[in-house]
Amino acid sequence: MRKIEFQTIVDAAKELCARSASDLPADMERALAAARAREISPAGAEILDALLENARVARDEKRPICQDTGVAVFFIEKGAEAVVAGGTLTDAVNEGVRRGYEEAFLRKSIVRGPLDRVNTKDNTPAVIHLEEVPGDRISIRFMAKGGGCENMSRLAMLTPADGREGVIRFVVGAVDAAGANPCPPIVVGVGMGGTFEVAALLAKKSLFREIGSPNPDSALDSLEREILERINDLGIGPQGMGGAATALAVHVLSHPCHIASLPVAVNIECHAHRSAEVVL
Amino acid sequence: MSGTIIRVESPLAEEAVESLRAGDVVRISGVIYTARDAAHKRIVEALDAGQAPPFELAGQIVYYVGPTPARPGEVIGSAGPTTSYRMDSYTPRLLEAGLKGMIGKGNRSPAAVEAMKRFRAVYFAAVGGAGALISKRIKSSEIIAYEDLGAEAVRRLVVEDFPAIVANDILGGDIFEAGRKKYQRL
Ligand code: SF4
Repeated sequence: MRKIEFQTIVDAAKELCARSASDLPADMERALAAARAREISPAGAEILDALLENARVARDEKRPICQDTGVAVFFIEKGAEAVVAGGTLTDAVNEGVRRGYEEAFLRKSIVRGPLDRVNTKDNTPAVIHLEEVPGDRISIRFMAKGGGCENMSRLAMLTPADGREGVIRFVVGAVDAAGANPCPPIVVGVGMGGTFEVAALLAKKSLFREIGSPNPDSALDSLEREILERINDLGIGPQGMGGAATALAVHVLSHPCHIASLPVAVNIECHAHRSAEVVL
Repeated sequence: MSGTIIRVESPLAEEAVESLRAGDVVRISGVIYTARDAAHKRIVEALDAGQAPPFELAGQIVYYVGPTPARPGEVIGSAGPTTSYRMDSYTPRLLEAGLKGMIGKGNRSPAAVEAMKRFRAVYFAAVGGAGALISKRIKSSEIIAYEDLGAEAVRRLVVEDFPAIVANDILGGDIFEAGRKKYQRL
């Protein structure tokens, strides 16, 4: 067994929250620049220029890229041979979030209950997805998920007869209905198969893939390309004011499912993609 | 976009509201007030109870924003717009009470657009997710109500050349609808 100290996890989680708030990942910045070069709408091109400048200002001055510094979402893979000494992994991650959001002057956007709406004032609890894998390391992937784009997510339990075309229609329809709200340009995460909750989880997980990278599964890769093209035919454009760049990428993850089911989930990520990863 | 930039003073004069059209690129200077979901709920509750809102609504612009905390020595943290449709159910009530402008992001409901025509008010769209950049146009910030709401408190901001685009005007013009129609491929 390999021992990893509680404090090491706290520090790692804190660092991920603080760093990603102002440092737009290179893949997103490249995708925005490529979309800028292709944009046919003058207003859209100006908006993309503003987003690229915003990313530079945020990085240089260490200011949050966006004021919605999100709900802290973690996907953690814990090696079966790794043990956290001095407390639970969940407690350590939450402590890291508490400190990261406070020390980096990030916005606390979590309320303790959906109906009473009282702010917890430290952005906890984080959303933590834990998986056990072989080995003795702990890999932590983080995403600060904004409310505007998260609110535009959708899930449907399609029938097997709906098939590929049914999936495409549902995903394109979700982006169409979202319009200007999720701050386009966006990345569209799609989870297909599994059960109700697995589809949603996969949709979120797919957002961690490098933007612009091909899907390793060629059938899914062609599905992604077709969905992307149909989304960008909608004309929604940057900030919904019309143009070519509605989505920068579509990422699909699929999973085995029941003979009666075809669950599909769409999780939308905005251009302010705050994400980072660490392996301990 | 025409390339010409229209300077807009806040609070808004009647003539300014009347002359702005969807698609106009503007730079707003003057005093504006922040309010988002929770503050809207309280303002409307106050109006319904016959109490005074936290600021005189007549002619004012409300900015839908919940900024990040200011670092020591800074006026405000990152401060871009939040999604406006969540305020739609409160909008007609505020416009009726004299509010003349709103700044946010995303489309508005048909009822909110209708209320803008009826009460003669405009909706400006700012660039969502450009919070670091936009914060530089905010020259002062002071919490004037609902401090317990944290990021959702009502602030009085002084802004200089705040960049936005007119999204909905008093004639029912809509930049989202028009922009999309122009660029969609059927
Ligand atoms: S959708 Fe994204 S870019 Fe837009 S306000 Fe929310 S977090 Fe920021």
